[in-house]
Amino acid sequence: MPADPPDPAIAVDDLTVRFVRRDGIADAVNGVSFALQPGEVLTILGESGSGKSVTLKALMGLLPDYARVEGRIRVAGRDLLSLKPAELARLRGGTVSMVFQEPITALDPVYTIGHQIAETLVQHEGLSRSAAMRRALELLERVKIPSAARRLKNYPHELSGGMRQRAMIALALACKPAVLLADEPTTALDVTVQIQILLLLRQLQQELGMAVLFVTHDVGVAAEISDRIAVMYAGRLVETGTVREVLRARRHPYTRGLLASTVHGGMRGRDLDMIPGNPPSLAELPPGCAFAPRCKEAIESCHRVAPPAVRINDGAMVRCIHAAPALDYRAAGVPA
Amino acid sequence: MTAPGTSRALQAIESLDPRDRGGPLQPLLRVEHLTKHFPVRGGLLNRKIATVQAVDDVSFTVGKGEVLGIVGESGCGKSTTARLLMGLIKPDAGALVFDGDEVGEDLTITALRRQMQMVFQDSYASLNPRLPIVDSIAYAPRMHGIRPAAARARAEALLAQVGLAPAQFARRYPHELSGGQRQRVNIARALALEPRLVILDEAVSALDKSVEAQVLNLLRELKARFSLTYIFISHDLNVVEYVSDRVLVMYLGKIVEIGPVEAIYARPRHPYTRALLASKPTLDPDRRTTEQPLTGDPPNPINPPSGCRFRTRCEFAEARCAESEPPLEPALEGELGHFTACHLPWAQAPHRAG
Repeated sequence: MPADPPDPAIAVDDLTVRFVRRDGIADAVNGVSFALQPGEVLTILGESGSGKSVTLKALMGLLPDYARVEGRIRVAGRDLLSLKPAELARLRGGTVSMVFQEPITALDPVYTIGHQIAETLVQHEGLSRSAAMRRALELLERVKIPSAARRLKNYPHELSGGMRQRAMIALALACKPAVLLADEPTTALDVTVQIQILLLLRQLQQELGMAVLFVTHDVGVAAEISDRIAVMYAGRLVETGTVREVLRARRHPYTRGLLASTVHGGMRGRDLDMIPGNPPSLAELPPGCAFAPRCKEAIESCHRVAPPAVRINDGAMVRCIHAAPALDYRAAGVPA
Repeated sequence: MTAPGTSRALQAIESLDPRDRGGPLQPLLRVEHLTKHFPVRGGLLNRKIATVQAVDDVSFTVGKGEVLGIVGESGCGKSTTARLLMGLIKPDAGALVFDGDEVGEDLTITALRRQMQMVFQDSYASLNPRLPIVDSIAYAPRMHGIRPAAARARAEALLAQVGLAPAQFARRYPHELSGGQRQRVNIARALALEPRLVILDEAVSALDKSVEAQVLNLLRELKARFSLTYIFISHDLNVVEYVSDRVLVMYLGKIVEIGPVEAIYARPRHPYTRALLASKPTLDPDRRTTEQPLTGDPPNPINPPSGCRFRTRCEFAEARCAESEPPLEPALEGELGHFTACHLPWAQAPHRAG
């Protein structure tokens, strides 16, 4: 569907997610804004606890009751946070679809693969059983599952890990989604299978013109799949840009540290230039830049003032005090 | 093999490590024809219906002070190999020779474990949740007859060595630590008996990259300080290239290639090794992978293919590959110590074939 003014597939504005429970409050996502254009692959790259998966779950309306979500999320032109549960359910699996890290937990163990795909088509597109089964077969062929007709009758546990992941992708693509959300879909796989799934996702994304929001902790996976990368740390996006900009310019000290601690053979025989310490606890984030306690380049004001999001060019952003030398924080007297 | 008496006489002469027996050239560990087949039971009477050939006739050596990396897909037998080496499961066949002493003959399993320790992937599951970490570390020395006070002192010293200040951390419980800190505790515990060989089975795989780098640096430092030898098992090809001196590639319970790390990564000879390395995601968005190096998942290790086990996924496979199993032989134009198990010379170096 060619929309005349290119409406972003996803527009997230100042998203905040706070987990409020009896034993405390965790600030999982702290003011995240980004836009995903139609046909684009945007990767959120971050370590565990960075808030990348929480962001993705917020986009699907899949957060638990104790999550307090604020900000604006527009998915395919609809305001997600104001949708009624039934409308949300129609959006999920229809316009927006999701693939997870563990297909075995995402697929229903008591129904065959074919049944599950057909069920989605009956629910969302009102197809008849037999028409839905025919489409399910096409989908399994599309994700290159060998002897698809036979696999249609298999239960999830009868498939290998790679085949299950393909089956989940087929299920996710059943209703021709405009947006695919992928949460570490290759992390549990062997490298030899991981690259197959990445190539498949890339091919399907191009053929179907889908927008894909991909979440991973793996720089290599991000380099293989992304058009743009958003680096996330302690619930904030610290750097965004095209895949080349982020991997080469490395404007944020955390991006530099992350890439320097991503080991490769060229580093043999010498110590790794590592990031000291651990990520901060989301229950007690430091007042200034959350990365400052681990940052070699931190200056005094980094510990007091949250750094501004500095726009480098159209689409590229870095959230670091050193990127904004013109601003004098001491003079501004920003409260800590 | 030298008789125990002779090597004891020789040991004092030139070695720096008083525990060293055979000198620097004798491998610290020699693994000979190690085999483990697991029965698969099923059916009404729970009879054996198939066998998983988890590790099948595997032989290799680990030199003193070196790091041997073991790579392969899931189900290739790399973790089973580690568990066999530690005596955590009993091999069906094969022998282990630790610095000249055959395990089970000259050396008991208990004595072996004093010299060989292991660190596992799951840092939480491998610590007792009800013990403060200092007691977890002191446990093995106490079991091996060291007085409680001395064992505790050693545990605290080790905590400091792995970068956890004893005053701050000694009394903490595993759940009060981060994953990286817990893995440091596991490393300290593995070192508590002053072993010479440490098996690291996916020891950094569950950690975030920034923490993984810290632990890899720590492992380097400890290796130098305590003159350790490592067997480093991982699915992460980049990490294995970084830490290893030699690399062993396994496929469905067999060694397909072994050699110096530079040779394996720069001039791999086995088609499987080449495909495995080509599957590594690139870090350069301008040189993305465009062709999948292998199709399908690793086959089920139950009843593996006849002959060369890789032949069902190998682009070069011929009739003879199904007929006989290729022996592990010096690789084509390989350097010293580079061995591969492949029948076909043109499959070993396809760029020269055309």
